[in-house]
Amino acid sequence: MDAIAQFFHAIPIDLLIIQTVNGIVTGMILALVASGLTLIFGIMDVVNFAHGELFMLGAYLGFVVFVSTGSFWLALIGAALLVAILGAAMQIVALRPLIGRDPLNTILATFGVSLVLQNYALWQFGPVVRKIPAPIDAQFTLFYLQYPWYRLLVAALSAAIIGGFWLFLKHGKFGVWIRATAQDRMMAQAMGIPVPLVYTGVFAIGAAMAAASGVLFAPMVGVSHTMGLDWVLKAFIVVVVGGMGNFVGSIAAAIFISLIEAYTTIWLDPSRAVIVSFVILILTLLFRPTGLFAATPR
Amino acid sequence: MTTAPLDQETALQALPRDKARASHTIVFWIGFCVVMAVLIAAPLVLPEFWRRLITEILIWGLLAMSSDLLIGYTGMVSFGHSAFFGLGMYGAAGALLIVSPPNLWLAILFGLAGAAGAALFVAYFSTRLRDIYFAITTLIFSQIFYVIIFTWTAVTGGENGLIFTRPHLRIPFLYDARFTSTTMHWFVLTVVAGSYLILRRVTQSPFGMVLQSIRENEPRTRAIGYRVENFKMVAVMLSGLFAGLAGVLYAIQNEFAAPDFVYFLTSGETVIYNVMGGIGTLVGPIVGAGFFHLMREFLSRFFGDQFPYLIPLGLIFIAMIIFLPQGILGFARRWLNR
Repeated sequence: MDAIAQFFHAIPIDLLIIQTVNGIVTGMILALVASGLTLIFGIMDVVNFAHGELFMLGAYLGFVVFVSTGSFWLALIGAALLVAILGAAMQIVALRPLIGRDPLNTILATFGVSLVLQNYALWQFGPVVRKIPAPIDAQFTLFYLQYPWYRLLVAALSAAIIGGFWLFLKHGKFGVWIRATAQDRMMAQAMGIPVPLVYTGVFAIGAAMAAASGVLFAPMVGVSHTMGLDWVLKAFIVVVVGGMGNFVGSIAAAIFISLIEAYTTIWLDPSRAVIVSFVILILTLLFRPTGLFAATPR
Repeated sequence: MTTAPLDQETALQALPRDKARASHTIVFWIGFCVVMAVLIAAPLVLPEFWRRLITEILIWGLLAMSSDLLIGYTGMVSFGHSAFFGLGMYGAAGALLIVSPPNLWLAILFGLAGAAGAALFVAYFSTRLRDIYFAITTLIFSQIFYVIIFTWTAVTGGENGLIFTRPHLRIPFLYDARFTSTTMHWFVLTVVAGSYLILRRVTQSPFGMVLQSIRENEPRTRAIGYRVENFKMVAVMLSGLFAGLAGVLYAIQNEFAAPDFVYFLTSGETVIYNVMGGIGTLVGPIVGAGFFHLMREFLSRFFGDQFPYLIPLGLIFIAMIIFLPQGILGFARRWLNR
């Protein structure tokens, strides 16, 4: 009995709660990134290697808009719009010619795009880390920490964007087109849905979501040209764990993995905590290759 | 080339084909000898800088060639070859730092063992998956190795990597001398050419045929009765071994092992070499590596060191995927594989 009491006493409740909040905040940003990725995969079988670069470019463009206008909210909207246009252009130029070829070609093409974008950012902005100040500075006390309200706002905003997008998929006309194309692209085309336009639109939406999360994330850590790489890897893990192309699954997986990683950092160095998500991925692939949150294991 | 005894009629029919095959073999070997002669002579003529560049191109070519066994012949795109390359590097570094006096052959042995360990791990888990899933999981596995190497500072030196001195080139009872850049080049050339011949033999063997049939139609191959998973695993391990060998060579050439080479961008570049040169040709990837590094060299000479050479090269890469998916040597694919 004594040992059990001691064990429970040894659990740092305050740290656990702090890390839960942290995990949910990063989880929501990750969900925003990953849902764009999984959407693009689900609709057109494209594994978008450049998704992290769209995230990074969103943050940079947000920085540029912020410097010229001074408004965080304008930066958020401006970056999302600009990256949406860029995403549409990227889809038309690099991916449309590959429709009907092996999906592996799209990984290669988007990998090429990611190299170009990343090096462009390095060339244009240099290796210096840029910072966008948070729109609200207020903090509240969480145990011994002064926790910024901004982080909670980010989680709420991400949830709002994802929720809004879900409603749009459910009820908007374009959303219905997207779902129809996801189910059966031949049939959708036969019913008069402009499938190429849907493809481009989906890519633009996914890109805008990545850019928005980039801007939201920027005040926490800062903007650098390599920030996309970490996120695209994490997003890949999330998308596989959640089940490729499974929208709800990837959101659940994003929060799940971020929470576990956050808890691990209580005991492990953050750079090593990443391994935990790798382990989750391996276990998922071994036991439920269709995804942890798939409705029925196939 | 020996032929089984045939009755007269079929022998007459087979004659022109045998002749064509024989002349193909002769042309192939003549071509091989010419290229080898040029590469053997190259370090004697070229200045130091270009000598090193060509040696490095050969090493990158070996790495790319090893992944061609998967991409071109088995139809599995690996984004994790940096793990095998890196483990080969660190294995060699380990052998050179622990054992004194440093021994070249031991370094190769250690490097291959390291790469084999990584390959076993990756092969066991990733070959259960196909297509993009395979690509993503190999990528993530290589990142696992990267994180381990990057954070395990006590053993791997962390961010700084490991620095060591080159071993002597020692062939027992025959030769023992310090590596010069010329002998280094010849050594690398020998290893790469040998690997090419081995890999070419492998792809033409019954085993290689099964790999190609997996690429063309996996369910049918399974239905015929081949254990597809086992073949894939062996293919990944073989490919990993040669990638590890490339890592060992790179470590010896540059006298260091660094975590940057385990990062997945190295794997990405390997895939780029393959696509640029032409997958499924074995020599294509070497040509691709040469094209990539020469372009890079010319671009930075022309526009200065700070020029982001990956932007034009990335654009060329994308254009090649769209318009020239066969790569530079794609036209020669059938011929080279006969």
